[in-house]
Amino acid sequence: MSTVLTNITKSYDSEKNVLTDVNAEIQTGEFFVIVGPSGCGKSTLLRMIAGLTPISEGEIRINDDVVNDLPPKDRNLTMVFQSYALFPFLSVWDNVAFGLKARKNTSQAEIEERVNDALKMVNLEDLKERKPRELSGGQRQRVALARAVASDAKICLMDEPLSNLDAQLRIKMRQEIYALQRKLGLTLIYVTHDQVEAMTMADHIMVLHDSKVQQIGTPAEIYKYPANEFVAGFFGVPPINILPAVKISDGRLNVNNDFEVTVDQQVPTDDLKVGIRPNELMIEKTDELHANATVKTIEFLGDEKIVYIKMSNNDLEVAAVVASDAEFKAYDSIKVSTTEKVLLFNGDGVNITRNAEDAVNA
Amino acid sequence: MLKTSTTDVVSEKKAATTQRHGFRLNAKDNYYASIFLGPSLLVLGLFVFYPMLKTLYISLFLTNTLGKTTVYVGLSNYAKLISSPDFISSMGVTLFYVAAVTVLTVGLGLLLANLASQKLPGIGIFRTLYSVTMGVSVSVAAIFWLFIFNPSTGFFALLSNALNLPVVNWLTNPTSAMWAVIITTVWMNLGFTFLILLGAIQSVPNTLYEAADVEGASPRFQFFNITIPMISPTLFFVSTITIIGSFKSFGLIDLITKGGPTNATNMLVYRIYKDAFYSGNYAKSSAEAIILTIIIAFFTLLQFKFLEKKVNY
Amino acid sequence: MELDERAVLKRVFNYMILILLAVVILAPFFIGIWTSFLPTMDIAKGNLFGTNVSLDNYVAAFTRTPILRYLANTVVIATITMFAQLLFCSMSAYAFVFLKFRFRKTFFTLLLITMMLPFEAEIIPNFATVKQMGLLDNYAALIIPFLTSAFGTFMLRQSFLQTPAELKEASDIEGLNHFQFYWHIVLPYNKISMITLGAYSFLGAWNQYLWPMLTTFSNNSRVIQNGLKQLQSEETFNDWGMIQASAAIIVIPTIIVLFIGQHYFKSGMNEGAVK
Repeated sequence: MSTVLTNITKSYDSEKNVLTDVNAEIQTGEFFVIVGPSGCGKSTLLRMIAGLTPISEGEIRINDDVVNDLPPKDRNLTMVFQSYALFPFLSVWDNVAFGLKARKNTSQAEIEERVNDALKMVNLEDLKERKPRELSGGQRQRVALARAVASDAKICLMDEPLSNLDAQLRIKMRQEIYALQRKLGLTLIYVTHDQVEAMTMADHIMVLHDSKVQQIGTPAEIYKYPANEFVAGFFGVPPINILPAVKISDGRLNVNNDFEVTVDQQVPTDDLKVGIRPNELMIEKTDELHANATVKTIEFLGDEKIVYIKMSNNDLEVAAVVASDAEFKAYDSIKVSTTEKVLLFNGDGVNITRNAEDAVNA
Repeated sequence: MLKTSTTDVVSEKKAATTQRHGFRLNAKDNYYASIFLGPSLLVLGLFVFYPMLKTLYISLFLTNTLGKTTVYVGLSNYAKLISSPDFISSMGVTLFYVAAVTVLTVGLGLLLANLASQKLPGIGIFRTLYSVTMGVSVSVAAIFWLFIFNPSTGFFALLSNALNLPVVNWLTNPTSAMWAVIITTVWMNLGFTFLILLGAIQSVPNTLYEAADVEGASPRFQFFNITIPMISPTLFFVSTITIIGSFKSFGLIDLITKGGPTNATNMLVYRIYKDAFYSGNYAKSSAEAIILTIIIAFFTLLQFKFLEKKVNY
Repeated sequence: MELDERAVLKRVFNYMILILLAVVILAPFFIGIWTSFLPTMDIAKGNLFGTNVSLDNYVAAFTRTPILRYLANTVVIATITMFAQLLFCSMSAYAFVFLKFRFRKTFFTLLLITMMLPFEAEIIPNFATVKQMGLLDNYAALIIPFLTSAFGTFMLRQSFLQTPAELKEASDIEGLNHFQFYWHIVLPYNKISMITLGAYSFLGAWNQYLWPMLTTFSNNSRVIQNGLKQLQSEETFNDWGMIQASAAIIVIPTIIVLFIGQHYFKSGMNEGAVK
């Protein structure tokens, strides 16, 4: 019982592929997030699973049945759209009942019960007579959720459902969606461009970029063992610092001609990059003679500060997270160094840190 | 610091939408199309396409009094028309009428719309009153104005009597008869034109006027340098539909002047009607109909061309 | 905010212009409706400020002329034309927006061409067609040629194009076929455009003049526009009071509808006045 994507490819009119050779297995009852930057093909992938967009090559199986040529209605799934796709001329109640009525295989009594239950679950019982235009953004979002809840389909697809909400509401709805998914045991396939949403909700994340799958894994795996430079850079705020490095000896690297780091592994090549998370970067004030960098700007976040730093060599900029009582100001001369928790990438951007390879193919 | 950018999301959605529009033809859609489109195609084919081609066909022949085509004569019906002083004067009359009606309708509509766009208490009443002629049909307009133009009992006649002025018989003098038709047409058109232009003026962003106020621009300057340029697409739109509508005028002419006196208001459509249904000269009438079609098609095309930027075919 | 003297003067001046223009525009109405209450004898003598105000002209119009019959004919024809155009125009617009069929571009081009062809130029063959079908002097002659309209199809197509693609996708997921999607989603979603087209086609049929004049010649099928001409030119020649009353009978309902309509669709129309 799962949704399996095998060698999915999508192309339009012999142009460049929108998606190339996507493989994944989505377990029943899991929260599966497809994440990537704009134009990576994630919405197209979701629409292909829904059956709204035909597949060029490959195969989609839902519960062991190939569904490639099945129309959307026979795939037994629901979908929540970015714009919610609410019918403006129907009341909240009728919007939620829409799918059940359309399918015509549910009795009137059962429709009533399911719609009322769904509305109760998203706290909209009191607003069921209203029209969508009389609702706030968050309430509209809830109607769209209730529609998915009321359906008996066990697979729910969501396409950027939170991107029309303001930041605060987004956090709240994130929690509500997560709670609903757990409560109902839905298989939820969720598309977003927001790495925070992916990290906070997913059981498994698929990272799409450049029409290819970059990595599939749990949030922890993806953060700790990113498959490549792109994935490392996509997750984490501020993003990981990537600096060029040169091998001095096995286990010892010179980073950007500015400082050195010890790594606990063989280093096979000279063409190297080092990835350092901002909280692994250490900085201290020093005189100009010993400095290897200058403070550029500082962002105060409350319990910590982000220091943006300009390295002495190659005009590179990095970010470091420090305690909020650390005293730095712009133009301070500083000395940058790092802990040993760094990631190594080869010239093609592939993660070659020891332990990383095992994790990637998990 | 969330990694969100709404513009990115929007552009991606747009891309996805255009992709979705590109999906392939399928047999089912052909079946549905025949049901959805069939009735309209049938009616348009029978009552628009066929008669147009038939009219064109007749215009290349001579016809007998029953309307049957007899001898193929090529373009000679057209040649006859163009060399007929009668037809030329009729075209002149039509052009004068169209020009006068268009200039007056758009000009007065603009004046009314500009006045009624002010923010004054009770302005809504004036907006309603100015649009009232929209509810008037040709025959009612004709009756109201016929009474006003009537030389013995008409309002103008009484006015002239009261002021001891000579009474003008509006409808027997060629020049004033033409103006009687023009005035009635403009009056009928005014309500609709006013409403459209008012809508356009009201949709000009208020900040433009506020910025001009800050710069100390006079209302007159603002009208010519903000309002007019901002509503120019709408001005173009109402102008072309007024032109098209006036070329097709028939009802008012039939009701007020019947093309007279001495053909002074014998305009194109009225000619088409009389040549066919009074004189039985179907060939001549058809040639005139084709000329009308060319004129209307030209102005409609002009309008399409202009709308092209907004309308995606 | 206190207004200084100049501003007050300016305001008064503005209102005077507004009122003056309203009087000029409405004068033909006032004159027409006022005289409809006067005896024809008074009108003929030029005594327009008489005091013999009565409803006699209205009574005469209703009892001595077939004006009610004309009105009924027109209402029936305009109503049928309106519903037919709403149905057929929306169906063909749906096809152009939501169906990918063969020759779609060709048919759409034909539709655009149709919009350029004036009906007035096609009366000769159309008259022959209607005559051959045996529909002369019959409601059908006034309805069948106008069952659909290229303009209406084009207008609804522009409106349907704005229907969000997500609504179609959501309906696909729920398994709606084209008829269901058309009827349950597209039509209600585009209600405003449908109402606009309905009003437009009703008024269009109401104002028809040339075509009914050619194809109808008895009171059984004569519509109001030609009926008024009939009254004015024949039987009651120079009975101005009654003619004005007939005109008033026709125009007053449309004006009332217009007033109510404006109250309903006042979106943006009166907003500026409130500030």
